[in-house]
Amino acid sequence: MSKEWPLWEVFIRSQHGLAHKHVGSLHAPDGEMAINNARDVYTRRNEGVGIWVVRAADIVSSSPGDKGALFEPANNKVYRHPTFFPMPEEVKNL
Amino acid sequence: MYAQLVETGLKNVRSLDEMSPEERAFQARIDEGVKIEPKDWMPEAYRKTLIRQVSQHAHSEIVGQLPEANWVTRAPTLERKAVLLAKIQDEAGHGLYLYSAAETLGVTRDQLLADLHSGKAKYSSIFNYPTLSWADMGAIGWLVDGSAIINQIPLCRCSYGPYARAMVRVCKEESFHARQGYDIMMSLCKGTPEQKQMAQDALNRWWWPALMMFGPSDAASVNSAQSAQWRIKLFSNDELRQRMVDQTVPQAEYLGLTVPDPDLKWNEETGHYDFGEIDWEEFHNVLRGNGPCNRERLQTRKQAYDDGAWFRDALVAHADKKQTAQAAA
Repeated sequence: MSKEWPLWEVFIRSQHGLAHKHVGSLHAPDGEMAINNARDVYTRRNEGVGIWVVRAADIVSSSPGDKGALFEPANNKVYRHPTFFPMPEEVKNL
Repeated sequence: MYAQLVETGLKNVRSLDEMSPEERAFQARIDEGVKIEPKDWMPEAYRKTLIRQVSQHAHSEIVGQLPEANWVTRAPTLERKAVLLAKIQDEAGHGLYLYSAAETLGVTRDQLLADLHSGKAKYSSIFNYPTLSWADMGAIGWLVDGSAIINQIPLCRCSYGPYARAMVRVCKEESFHARQGYDIMMSLCKGTPEQKQMAQDALNRWWWPALMMFGPSDAASVNSAQSAQWRIKLFSNDELRQRMVDQTVPQAEYLGLTVPDPDLKWNEETGHYDFGEIDWEEFHNVLRGNGPCNRERLQTRKQAYDDGAWFRDALVAHADKKQTAQAAA
């Protein structure tokens, strides 16, 4: 067997108007074959109207250790949510 | 089950005192029901056990295509043929989801396939039995895929994220498999006496191997206890097998077929069916490689892989050529 096929991450748009969503991964020698394989592996039951494939090696991701630094600052900013501001019952359309 | 007798490599279940601080934090996450993801720290034994379990599961899906392939060209109608092909294609898809999940644990696809082809990795005992008549397509969907569903539904909640997510996809598709099998059985049982006899014969041959799929009682197994603590095994083999018997016996009764077990009896007290002794010698013999079709299955699988080598190589050559042309442009 020659060299191993690269890994691709597959994203499917399930309906017009919705965002592409990650559904899984697969191996393929190039992008064209990755789309073909993604069609067979992930859309056998009308799951999609569009496919993105991205080489897994090209994805940059945060690591579990960075969770605190990245996400904790949002914890004490509850005022970013509309429910932080109670509104009087009689005031409408807010 | 699809993964049978999975080794953890441990002699006893790790207690909290024996654990390192990292391991204790890991176990606490699992106990809280938080999923473990590929980049999270995990004990080496957890990682290795999961590779064994998930890859065995994947291999079973792939080898599981072979007994059914026998009937693609012999299906009784074009519709049955199309349905059977769709089911077999699903099995290939399930194998691919599971290989992808196994790879997140740090093993390569080529290594996984090499282990299957060398005979080092196992797959479920059930696929080493022959498919002698069309009725076997019915019995396999009904009993084998039915058992697989019972095993896989709890695994949708297992502790390892990629495995759990693969199981969700698999389970969604698996009930089509069970139903198409039962539909074949219903047609045969409503047909001529000879057709009904075919259905009975298939049930006779597949019943006990299907019960064996769940593996021997693991009430006293260290491996199972450790896997339960890690939440990669959520019910004991006996519990799952009992569930299979309880739900399948009424289905057999509806078909007017007789389950080939003289000891099978409804137990009013326990609310479950009692059933006869399973021949575990046969099970171990199949696992050792001496089932009716072990050699043929592996040989067919290897040949399919080898016969496709020129095509895979051509795809790589084409991709390389395109990349070189792109780089030059």
